[in-house]
Amino acid sequence: MRSNTLDKAVYGTAVGGVDLFMTANVIEVNNLEHSYGDLKAVDNISFTVQEGEIFSFLGPNGAGKSTVINILTTLRKIQKGKAKVNGYDVAKESKYVRKSIGIVFQMMCLDFEMTVCENLEYHGKIYSMPKEERRKRINELLKLTELESKRNTLAKDLSGGMKRRLELARGLMTKPAVLFLDEPTIGFDIQTRMRMWEYLREIKREGTTIFMTTHYMEEADQLSDRISIIDHGKIIVTGSALELKNKLGKDLLYLETSDNKVAAEVLRTIESVTAVNDDAKSLRIMLGVDVTHILPKIMDSIRQKGIEITTVNIKKPSMDDVFVHYTGHDLREGETQEKHEEGETVEALK
Amino acid sequence: MNFAFRAIYWREMVKFFRFKSVLFSSLIQPVMWLAFFGLAMSKSFDKLTSLLPSTPGVPNVDYLSYMGAGIIAMDVLFSSLFGGTNLLFDKKFSLLKETIASPISRVNIVLGVGLSGVTKSFIQTAIIVVFGGLIGMNFFEGYTPVQTLVSVVGIFLLVGIFTLGFLFLSGAIAITVEQPEGMQSILTLLSMPLFFISNALYPVDAFPEVLKFLSMFNPLTLLANGVRYFALGTNFSVMGDHYVYTTADIGMSFLGLIFFALATLSIILWRFNKVDI
Repeated sequence: MRSNTLDKAVYGTAVGGVDLFMTANVIEVNNLEHSYGDLKAVDNISFTVQEGEIFSFLGPNGAGKSTVINILTTLRKIQKGKAKVNGYDVAKESKYVRKSIGIVFQMMCLDFEMTVCENLEYHGKIYSMPKEERRKRINELLKLTELESKRNTLAKDLSGGMKRRLELARGLMTKPAVLFLDEPTIGFDIQTRMRMWEYLREIKREGTTIFMTTHYMEEADQLSDRISIIDHGKIIVTGSALELKNKLGKDLLYLETSDNKVAAEVLRTIESVTAVNDDAKSLRIMLGVDVTHILPKIMDSIRQKGIEITTVNIKKPSMDDVFVHYTGHDLREGETQEKHEEGETVEALK
Repeated sequence: MNFAFRAIYWREMVKFFRFKSVLFSSLIQPVMWLAFFGLAMSKSFDKLTSLLPSTPGVPNVDYLSYMGAGIIAMDVLFSSLFGGTNLLFDKKFSLLKETIASPISRVNIVLGVGLSGVTKSFIQTAIIVVFGGLIGMNFFEGYTPVQTLVSVVGIFLLVGIFTLGFLFLSGAIAITVEQPEGMQSILTLLSMPLFFISNALYPVDAFPEVLKFLSMFNPLTLLANGVRYFALGTNFSVMGDHYVYTTADIGMSFLGLIFFALATLSIILWRFNKVDI
């Protein structure tokens, strides 16, 4: 199932967004722009999310991910551009958009003084779900998120992971066409995070389309059918994790030499070396072919120039590498912008 | 017709009965006012005013019964003025986000919060009337059962409209300010003149003209007058002052409070449409 959708997604992108498989676009965004004062948080973004896929926005804090989610979930008024969710215009048919979606906000937002069941009950009620349907759905979701034994526990007495699962259950309460997840595993340890991924895969298997934002590489990599790398309010590149990694070549080779500058020159003349980066302590070399065939040749050419090779490191391209390749900086560098974004939220509250 | 306001109402009531300390203090507060302040004040007032000649042929009302109406007005004022604080905390803890992002309309949110406040006010009013009766507050004296029933309904109607008015105002402040401290100081600032420039606890006849004039438009005065009309009758004397309530007076109480509630309703809806989370 997963590989199927992956192929489909790859196809979809290959032919420029034209959908050969007749799946509907659950989200359509065209030329979206959004500014806070002089700061352009979202800069001319266009993308589509297809039915049944998990689509991720991967980028550092402050890249504009949350702004896009807030616009698509009608929490923030659209300034420029067009956006449709489940076929409804975000600006003109916000009520129908709201009925079509479920949201898990970045910040924990549960009523701690109410029980697990009451939190879900309240959500069903504000969406005007009939009583019998609420009861049935609550049972289903408690089972899915393994919170059955916590049914009558106050939300404040749950562990962090359980709270997040309750929020997930709440987001699914109305069987939404799209589930929005804003940094679903932010601040969790890796075990909790991986467990959360399992739940999200299960939800996807049940046919729910998921749009999520994350700044965790492995999260985007593990879960998404397609990923958009977003930086400074712009989409840099979109594709499946596999596609994005393949664009970086088959293997990545890291070399430390006695003279990186000269070694880089030599490497650039070798066929099947697609790119050489000599900014860091070790040379990062992208290879178009399997490293095992070309490594002897590379080492010989460098040694012939009298340069000594001190370290060799080989790895498969990861999402980290993809990110660095496309944005020109490490994701972690972007985290200095976090404060900035917090400032924005405070601004918005006023 | 959309009944989604019931969801908001339900949540408010679940939490009202869950926080035992809040529940207990809100129930015990009116009793304390009556038992301590009421009894103490009425003893001294009655001692001072017993020498004043009462209007002949008009039933004389003791101070405790006069003040009882004011205690209802005051108790309901405080609980509804601070009732909006829930919204502030909902906003602060991002809980409001869930509600705002749902298809429920703003009117329904406001209505749900308002009706839960009205329920709480009704409970408090009932406590004051019943407990007051036990300690000598003479409401509905000489009334037939039907008259008593009509009066009770009248009082609850006024209390309900009054509560909505102040709860909407309080809610509007709550979703506008950022900090609970800010809310606290605004409310204290508001409650002071409301409370003292009214006839809740004492007659306004001896007030300076300006304050007397202002007190006429004070919702607290409108409510206290209305409650007295229903509880004490249309013609009585208290502390040497002769009170006559006409149909126009009670009409003024109703219309004034309805106008007040509608005005604050439009303020809270306006603030709600501005809220950005």
